[in-house]
Formats: sequence, C-alpha cells, structure tokens
Amino acid sequence: MSDPTPPSASAPAPAPAPAVPAPAAHAPSDHPAMQLNRLSKRFGDKVAVDDLSLTVPVGSFYGMVGPNGAGKTTTLSMATGLLHPDAGQSLIHGVDLWAEPLKAKALIGNLSDGVKLFDRLTGEQLVTYNGLLFGLDRDEVAERVADLLKLLDLESAAGTLVVDYSAGMTKKIALACALVHAPRLLVLDEPFESVDPVSAANIRDILTGYVQNGGTVIVSSHVMDLVQRMCDHVAVVANGRVLVAGTVDEVRDGSTLEDRFVDLVGGRTHAEGPEWLRRS
Amino acid sequence: MVATLVRLRFLVLRNSLKRSTWQLVAVVIGAIYGLGILGLVVAALIGLGFAPVELASTALILGGSVLVVGWILVPLIAFGVEQTLEPARLVVFPLSMKQLLVGLTVTGILGVPGIVTSIAVLATFATWLREPLAAVAAVIGGAVGVLICVIGSRTVAALSTSLQSNRRFRELGGILIFIPLILLGPIITWVSQGVATSADALPQLARALSWSPLGAPWSVAADVAIGDWGPAAAKLGISLATVAVLVLIWRRSLAVALVTPPASSAKRVAKGKTGLFGILPATPAGAIAARCLTYWRRDPRYARQLIIVPLVPVFLAIYSGNMGSLVLLNLTGPLIAFVLALALYTDISYDGTAFATHLADGVRGIDDRLGRLWALSVIAVPVILLGTFIPVAITDSWASLPMLLGLAVAVYLTGLGVSAVSSSRIVIPVPQAGDNPFKSAPGAGFSTMLSGFATWGVTMALCLPAIVLAILSVVFDSVLYGWLTLAAGLVVGAIAFVIGLRMGAAQLDRRGPDLLARLKRMRSA
Repeated sequence: MSDPTPPSASAPAPAPAPAVPAPAAHAPSDHPAMQLNRLSKRFGDKVAVDDLSLTVPVGSFYGMVGPNGAGKTTTLSMATGLLHPDAGQSLIHGVDLWAEPLKAKALIGNLSDGVKLFDRLTGEQLVTYNGLLFGLDRDEVAERVADLLKLLDLESAAGTLVVDYSAGMTKKIALACALVHAPRLLVLDEPFESVDPVSAANIRDILTGYVQNGGTVIVSSHVMDLVQRMCDHVAVVANGRVLVAGTVDEVRDGSTLEDRFVDLVGGRTHAEGPEWLRRS
Repeated sequence: MVATLVRLRFLVLRNSLKRSTWQLVAVVIGAIYGLGILGLVVAALIGLGFAPVELASTALILGGSVLVVGWILVPLIAFGVEQTLEPARLVVFPLSMKQLLVGLTVTGILGVPGIVTSIAVLATFATWLREPLAAVAAVIGGAVGVLICVIGSRTVAALSTSLQSNRRFRELGGILIFIPLILLGPIITWVSQGVATSADALPQLARALSWSPLGAPWSVAADVAIGDWGPAAAKLGISLATVAVLVLIWRRSLAVALVTPPASSAKRVAKGKTGLFGILPATPAGAIAARCLTYWRRDPRYARQLIIVPLVPVFLAIYSGNMGSLVLLNLTGPLIAFVLALALYTDISYDGTAFATHLADGVRGIDDRLGRLWALSVIAVPVILLGTFIPVAITDSWASLPMLLGLAVAVYLTGLGVSAVSSSRIVIPVPQAGDNPFKSAPGAGFSTMLSGFATWGVTMALCLPAIVLAILSVVFDSVLYGWLTLAAGLVVGAIAFVIGLRMGAAQLDRRGPDLLARLKRMRSA
C-alpha cells in the first residue's frame, strides 16, 4: 500500500501535545460503564456468543482477549448497537441500549473492526462528518477535529482521501471519529492492528489520559503483552463465553497473561508442520 | 487448468446461491423466463426453415447483429460485466496469458447467457436444413459469432478496467467516456432507419450489415445457401478477423490491467477545507447530504446512474422522429424524474459496511433518509426542470406544461417516497467503492433486476391518478385536465413522499443492524 505521507515514526517528537480529550462532564452515578447481561447470538448452527455477561466498572481500562473466532467482535457489536442480540441486554451507564439506542449510543465512542469507513472523504471531512452526526455544532466540530488531528499526528494527511491512507493511519482516523463527541465510554475493537509502534504508544498515552480523566475504555486485542501493560482489567473470552474476568493481577495469578491465556484457552500445539513444508 | 477455472466458476455460483434463498428464487424465475424466450426463438428459427431464403437470411443477419450489440452493450448499461473470475484475482496463480484468455472465454460461453446464445445459434442449423451445406456453414459461422459475442463483452470489460486504472478516468470522466459508446446503438439505428424507411429496405440493411463484424458470422450460411461461395468465404474471413482483433485488444488491455493496480488518486486538499460540510447546514441530515453529494462527485458508482440522463432525450427524439412529430420529446422531464428518483432505491448497498458509522453514531432514521434525498434533489431537481422546460420550448407546446410538470412532480416525489422505503429494506450486491462501477457484483443479476422492477412497478401504481389525468388531458386536448394533473401530482406526490419517508425512517430505526449484518455477509460473498 502506498503511503502518501511519511509515517509518524519519522516525524519529530511532537512539541507540547494537545490536551487529551476528556469525557463529557457528568453527574456521578453508581451504574457500571457497561453491563452485558446474558447476551447470546447464533449464526445458523454456530453459536457465536453464548449467554455472555460482563461488567465493566466506570474508570476502568478493560481488555478483552480471546483467540480468533472467540466472539469478541460479535459481543462488542451487540454491546454497541451494531448487531441485534438474539437475547440479552446491554446497559451503558445504566441506559438500556436496545431500548433507548440513541441515548445510549451518544455515550459510546465506537471503533469497530471489519467495517469500512466512508473512505472517499478526506480525513478531516470524515471526522467532521462523525461530529455533525452526533449533533455537535459547526464551530465546536471544527475545533475538536483540529485538536484530534494534531493529537493523532494526522495533520499532514488531513486533506488526503481516507482510501489513500495506510492501514495504521486508517485506524487512527477511526479513533478520531470515535473520540470527537467526547464519549464517556470508548469501545475499541482491535485498535492496534497494523499500527506502527510509535503510533501505538501515542494511542496508548491518549487512552491512558482519557481513563485518568474519568472515562472508561474497552479494547479487544490479540496482543497479550500489550493488554497486560496497558489495561487494569481483563476478560478472557473463548467460544462465546467469558472464561475469566477481573483485574489483570487477579486474572494472571502470578504468571504472565499470555501463559494464563494459553492455559485457559488451550489449543497450543508443538508440531513443526508437515514434512514437505520443512524441506523448502 | 481451463477445466479448473470452469469448475471454480460454477462452484462460486453454486455457493453464492446457497447463501441466499431469495437469490435462488430470482435465478429460478430468471431461468424460466429465459427458457421461455429461448423456446420461442428456437421455434422461430425452425419456422424460418420454411420461409423464403431471402427472408430467412435477412431475419438471421438482423437478429444476429442485435445479439452481438446486446452482448457488448447490455452489461455496460444494465447489469455490469459478470466477472466471477476476476482476472485481477487470478493474477497470483502461475497461469499463462493464453490459459487465462481461454479459461475466461470458456467460462463466458458456459455462463447462462452464453448457453442460451449457443443453443439459439445451434438452432440455425434447422433453419438451413434444406441446404445441408448451408446448415453446416450456419454452425461454423454461428460458433464464430458466439465467440465474437463472448470475447467482445470480455474485451469491453477489460477495457473499462484498464481505463479505470488510469487515474484520469477514475472519476466522472471514466463514466462520461461510455456515453458516446452507449449512444452508438441508437445512432446506428437512427442512421439505418433513415436508410430503411420501410420494411422493403430491411433486406438492404441486412446486406450492408452482413459485411460488418456484427452481421458477417450470421450471413455465411445465407451465402452458401444461394451458392455464393466467394462472399461466404469473405464473410467467414471477416468474422475470424474480428475475433482475432478482439483477442488482441483484450490481451493488451488485460495485460495492462493486471500489472496496473487501480492508481491512488492521491488527491489532496489543504487542511481546513471540508468542502460541502462547511456549506450545508451543520445538522445530521445536512452532514449526510454533504457526504452523499461528495460521493456523487467522487464515486463513479453514483455517476454511473447519471449516464441515463442525457440518453433519455436522445432516445425520445429518435422515437419522435419515427412518429414524425416531436411530441414524445416532451416526456423528457417526467422520465428523467422517474429514473433519478429511483436511482437510489438501494442506496445503503452503496455505503457497504461504512453504513456502520450511521448506526454507531446514533443517527435517527429520519435524518438518514432526509439527508440522502436532499443530496439527490440537489442534482435531480434542476435536471428535471430543464428536462421539462427545454423540450416544451423546442416543441412550442406551452399548453402541455402544467400536465408535464404535474407528471414530473408526481413521479419524482412518489419515487423518493418509494426509494426511502425500499432502500431501508433492500440491500443488493453492488460493486464496492473503488471497484469498476461497470462490474456486476457476484450473483447480482436477476435479484437486482427483480427488486428494481418491483420498485418501478410500485412507483408507477402510486402515480396512477396523475398518469390517468395526464392521458385524459392529451386525449381530450384539454388544458383543464393538464392543471388537474399538476394538482393531483402535487397532492399524490406529497402524500407518497411523507408516508414513504416516515415508513422508511421507522424501518431503518428498527432494522438498521440487520441491514448491516446483511451488508457484512455480502461483502464476504
């Protein structure tokens, strides 16, 4: 893929970074940021999500890990209103998402995996579009878009069509779209996939700052190491169920998260591959 | 290797049918319909065997020429080029160019249209049974004719792909270049109608066509039948040369297309330039309208829908010319209104999974609907008004203006209402953004046609009051009925528009996630 602008790795270290976006101020409440009650989804014969319940406390940095096909994306889609659950509930700060979708969705910033963006817009247009869809006024959108582009080091690519972005830049612009309305809960499906290490570290700082300001973040990822360093809570999901959930220290139980994960999920093999493949 | 490609093509077809019952139903209906037509054609060809040689050869040459033109043009106008085996996807396999060309040709012949065409061509054997040698010549000529059809359509497909990979043609320009090509058909008809003002001239037209690539393969047998060996050989030569030239062009453009990935447009604007987003109102509906308009300009899949606009007056002028008066030209406005209002009957399909943005951002159904219709109207309303006023000025029939405006208003508003409902319900496989807009998405053909005709039919039915009044005003030559048409058009259109908008919005609020689920499935199809 062509990369019309230099990757951020080669850019000089950003001078005083713009303020990390803070979630909109709100009256404190005792509802968890997200509560999933017995969510289920089946596709034909395959049960993708099986009676899954999960509670994400306010102010937590929550990691969701699991093998491919574990049902992470399906779960997050149902939690954020992109997919009708067969059964179950998703409460966002106490608002039942499937009963009051517009109210609940206004609280969520969503970066979903496996869907496209309106990529014939420029990066700046795309973030503006998302801001306007959330009902922000024009001046406010313009200000926030400028801040976000600066924060994510996308200023030089602001006027480029998103379709011409590299995979990592696309993730970053999608993150900007999720942040523009200052949500109280960020739901990020595979936010670090194909993001270069420097950008990943920047994104991590942004998310950490966001949590320190009272926001809640849920990320799904395959990268155990990242989750262990970044998150304070983690849930291990396999076959559409939560195998274990809690604080990272509880879950890893003295071992590393990766080893615990392999123990829980199983399926590790030590084969060297078929004989014909070893010859080449 | 060729056999593997053919098997692959049928496997893809079978699996895509397995995924969707509706598509299967559509294919079955299409097959029954196709078989019916094929039966009629075969019967007619056998019947021609008892007709005078002159008549039989005229009919065959004209029919054959139409067939070739159809093979080449119909995919461009209507369904997109069937590319289950897209050459670009085969490029990673060690296939020689020759294997690729042969494989694509064979799969083309073995598709449904190819099989139907081949059977019809074989039936010409029966037409010439009275002259056994001619019958043999018919099969040989016919085989070459089928090759011209199949390879011709593939060549056009490859050409449109390689034009696509040229950046300059990627946006609107890529579409505009096909307008003269599509107009070629009507223009040829027009010219030849000038020559053939009566049925007596048809044999002459056929004789002329028989020396062109369109008619040559079908006329070999006719010449053999009357013992004209020289012309028969010459025409077979013309046919074979046509195939050779087509293969050459195909090979060239395929070679270019395979090594030239769609160029990035690398279009950049200065930071802070948000284009239409800064001009249209800063509301969700306004933002959606701005987004749609940006797409109308940047995404050739939308522009493709506009090709039809300049064609409407041209076709009407041709038919008016045949009738000896320009009255039909007056229908330009209402017809454009009809076509454009329904252009977006499955708008969300074009969004693809990007539609998830609207879902995640909590966009109300009504804002989604209004934004899209708003964008369309910015383009369509001026065009419709021009299409109504200019012809009236040309034909100086100002008395018909209220009637025509009434029809246009009725059709446009009703069409918008119907599209608002249908596009919140129907998603069909369409080329993805950035794909060749002329490509038909896998398994689209019949289901696209079916849902398209359904929305057309519903719109027509809802407009019936205005249409009836319009007809009455023409029949009785009455200005009063014309004004009544305008009134009825406004009322009927407004009602259909409001109801459609509300139904569509409610439906979208309720079933938006299901639409997204279907779009996701389709994308992986």
